[in-house]
Amino acid sequence: MNFDLRLPIGIMFSLFGAIIAVFGLATGGSDIYATHSLGMNINLIWGAVLLVFGVFMLFLALRGKNSGPPPK
Amino acid sequence: MQQIHLGGIDYAILLIYFGFVIGIGWVLKRYMKGSTDFFLSGRSIPAWVTGLAFLSANLGAQEVIGMAASGAKYGIMTSHFYWVGAIPAMVFLAIFMMPFYYGSKARSVPEYLKLRFDEKTRGFNAISFAVMTVFSSGISMHALARLLQTLLNWNYNFSIAISAIIVLVYIFLGGLTSAIYNEVLQFFMIVLGFAPLVFLALKDVGGWSALKEKLIPVATEQHFAAGTWSQSWTHMNSAMENPMGIGWFGMVMGLGFVLSFGYWCTDFLVVQRAMAANSMSAARRTPLIAAIPKMLFPALVILPGMIAIAMHHSSANHFLPVGADGSPDYNMTIPTMLAKYFPTGLLGIGFTALMASFMSGMAGNVTAFNTVWTYDIYQSYLAPNKSDTHYLWMGRMATVFGIIISIGCAYLASKFNNIMDMLQLVFGFVNAPLFATFLLGMFWRRATGHGAFFGLLGGTVGAAIFHGLAISEGATPGIKGGWLAQKFLFHSEMGQNFWMAIVAWTTCFALTILISLATARTKTDAELKGLVYSLTPKPETAHEPWYKQPVTVGILVLIATLALNIIFW
Repeated sequence: MNFDLRLPIGIMFSLFGAIIAVFGLATGGSDIYATHSLGMNINLIWGAVLLVFGVFMLFLALRGKNSGPPPK
Repeated sequence: MQQIHLGGIDYAILLIYFGFVIGIGWVLKRYMKGSTDFFLSGRSIPAWVTGLAFLSANLGAQEVIGMAASGAKYGIMTSHFYWVGAIPAMVFLAIFMMPFYYGSKARSVPEYLKLRFDEKTRGFNAISFAVMTVFSSGISMHALARLLQTLLNWNYNFSIAISAIIVLVYIFLGGLTSAIYNEVLQFFMIVLGFAPLVFLALKDVGGWSALKEKLIPVATEQHFAAGTWSQSWTHMNSAMENPMGIGWFGMVMGLGFVLSFGYWCTDFLVVQRAMAANSMSAARRTPLIAAIPKMLFPALVILPGMIAIAMHHSSANHFLPVGADGSPDYNMTIPTMLAKYFPTGLLGIGFTALMASFMSGMAGNVTAFNTVWTYDIYQSYLAPNKSDTHYLWMGRMATVFGIIISIGCAYLASKFNNIMDMLQLVFGFVNAPLFATFLLGMFWRRATGHGAFFGLLGGTVGAAIFHGLAISEGATPGIKGGWLAQKFLFHSEMGQNFWMAIVAWTTCFALTILISLATARTKTDAELKGLVYSLTPKPETAHEPWYKQPVTVGILVLIATLALNIIFW
């Protein structure tokens, strides 16, 4: 099966990460952070984490493509 | 009642997730050329994928919600479900049993029983498993719909329809591969969705030491020793010393041995994922790869529960919603924590992770059902010798009617509260003796088909009889037990169930041996090659690097688990 699962995983989490990080930037001073996540802009923080994870997965997937089929 | 409010961005995240889930199924459709592709992924999946899918298929929302609830209700003793009740069995499966499952070329667990024993043993297992797995799927559906109704006011029927349709579509299209790929996606969603919850909650409560302090009044107010919620073994000398109502022996033998091995080593739902691996080595590594995150899951699911109960006790107004008698509604632990700590945005991720965990459980049940139905019931008894294309078609049809039956079970569960308890019970009756059958089958060539079948039957009946004679404190006779007489009194239902498992296993074990010795063997040594330990050449692993050697990794996993047990003693 030629379908590398890391590709959709990478895309999805990069997308999620970008969406909530941008949302976090946009809602920077909002009181939702005071009432929920102990005052931290958790959307920005965790969005960045998800984005890094997604990009890392994409990196693994694309590097895998370039180096040919994995040894059995 | 706790309500969660989802914003536009949260719904967007949910929709994107469903898009990916169905999209993956869509892309995989073209690879589904024959029944082996559909039911067994053509045995072509790499170990890291099967490993994470193995874990994720087991990880239904009952676990995410249930373990947090147990963490609140019982404290860190809940970790036994992982460090005693899962890891050892997973290691055993990897090292000792996968060679037979994978090497025998059996396409399912019941098929292994047919190859090793006879048709009637296969039939008993296939039918009981098929019924229970489709019931489980239905109950997951019901639990999800109920939760969505409570939290978001979504229409119950709508939730059932949506979850059924999504799972149906992606499995219909891509079969087991679709289920497996989505399970891996769900694994990452769950880890990345709940990790921030643990991080925030732990920070809020003041860290681990502060948590231990805060858990002292939780224990003392219920007349237990101060450290009961934060020490996993110290208060297990007798059933009266801890809120689970179980002593260490009953727990180790009932949960750690019988129920744990009975589930992890014989339940086709998880074994199917290992069978889809691309080599024997990958198949053996699958449960081990799963065991590593499994070891760490208590931090993800149990810890929030412990933090929730600590906060519930130390706050003036109730943190968790309470029932009529003032006791906390433990099942609302995760939703309450999500609502408290996650702002819109991250809430979408957390909520989607929760949905993902329900759906991974459902999909796992459906793929196990459609395989067992098609190979072990339809092909074996109803329509043998048809073309492979015909069985592929049947597999797709089985997916459809499997989901329809699940929906029926979901509605049954919504009408009769006891259905869930009944299912747990039947699971216990059937699963507990099963491991004895497999153990004897795989390691004792003298075990015969009659021995296996009647041993299994006897063990199941024995479990039912024990259940009829046992009851736990405060329970009414009936579905909770004691419907024959009340001869055995237990401190808790959990203790009662663990002991029932021990009785069932022992009965099956003894009966199988006795009947096997009294009946003639029907299979020669040559026929049993690849199915029995003493008649199978050991898999060759010396050429693999150390981290790919099942025995080495297995030992390391066990050492790490032992260390965890000691740290949290």
